[in-house]
Amino acid sequence: MIANEAELRTLMIDSQNGNSLAHRTLLIRLSCHLREYYRSKLARIGRSAADIEDLMQDALMAIHSRRHTYDPRQPFTPWVYAIARYKLADHLRRTNASVSDVPIDEAGDITAQDDHAGTESALDLQRLLAALPEKMQRAIRCVKLEGLSVAEAAARCGSSESAVKVNVHRGLKSLAMAITRGRTS
Amino acid sequence: MNTDELIDKLSANIEPVRRRTLALSFGVAVIAAAAAAFGATLLALGPRSDFHMSGVLEYLLLKLGFTLGIVSIASWLLTKLSRPGGEWRMRSALALLPFAAIVVLAGFNLADAPTSQWETMIVGDTWLKCLVAIPVLAIVPFAVIVSAVRRFAAPTDLTVTGAFAGLVAGGVSATGYALHCTDDSLAFVALWYGGTIALCALAGALLGPRLLRW
Repeated sequence: MIANEAELRTLMIDSQNGNSLAHRTLLIRLSCHLREYYRSKLARIGRSAADIEDLMQDALMAIHSRRHTYDPRQPFTPWVYAIARYKLADHLRRTNASVSDVPIDEAGDITAQDDHAGTESALDLQRLLAALPEKMQRAIRCVKLEGLSVAEAAARCGSSESAVKVNVHRGLKSLAMAITRGRTS
Repeated sequence: MNTDELIDKLSANIEPVRRRTLALSFGVAVIAAAAAAFGATLLALGPRSDFHMSGVLEYLLLKLGFTLGIVSIASWLLTKLSRPGGEWRMRSALALLPFAAIVVLAGFNLADAPTSQWETMIVGDTWLKCLVAIPVLAIVPFAVIVSAVRRFAAPTDLTVTGAFAGLVAGGVSATGYALHCTDDSLAFVALWYGGTIALCALAGALLGPRLLRW
């Protein structure tokens, strides 16, 4: 769930030590997480994008001005989450809504979604897939990305079920190898 | 302002943070609060004058142990609550320890004494003064502690944080008042000191969401 904990925590500790670049990167990253978090909470009760942006900026300023309250021995995500949630509750109280109107959530939600990471990983995936033979690409798209059953995928690709299974299996194997190669090189 | 501009502005000239800001500012606040409570007690009420009597010092130390126990546990918990995500219900229950201890001791004390003595031991001579003085003496300490929390801390549960600010203020105020009060029975301390300190915590819990917003 807490996808970027280690990375964000390192940025936070650097920023506490006075590194402006780390601070800037951290705020940019958190602004994406916070925007997505508040969107998921507020869009459903009919708040506008401008409200969401305001709230996000408010939380960002709180994180900035109270950054000395983060204890580097503790995990970072719960700290950000507590601020995000506090600012959400405060915003709702000011605007006469109630916390019970928005969905229940937990600490992991704050870093679970990020409008950048989602797009980036989709792009990475397309790039990796493009390197595979076309049959494997199609089989993986159908079964793993679109979620079709093996039988449906076989019908669509015009091949046998066992051929689809083999293509998915080999395709994933070469994807894994491509990723390992990418890491080591 | 758009978000990119805001981030540019916030990340210009970043200085290293002082990690001990919270602990230091709370330390200073508790000392200032104690000075206010002691000063007010000694000036307005005067210290008790029976120190030469036997046993007085022991009772005074017991009383101070109770109130200082509350002050130290409550201010430690307050620093925990002042960090976002620092609220943890089980830990907050530690603040009940001094109250539980004094009630148990008072129980033993009462059990030892004849029933006819109980009323004097529980009600004492000055219960009304105690009931009024401790909350009144707690006002300035409470203001000092609340302002430190507002300025340096980032509490995310304002009710509980307010309660602990009230508890510290009540504990500090009772510590000051103990220098004046001549009722020494443990049952008196448990009921009137414990009760008024709990009252201060309740007031803090009610005021917290208004006063501690940041």
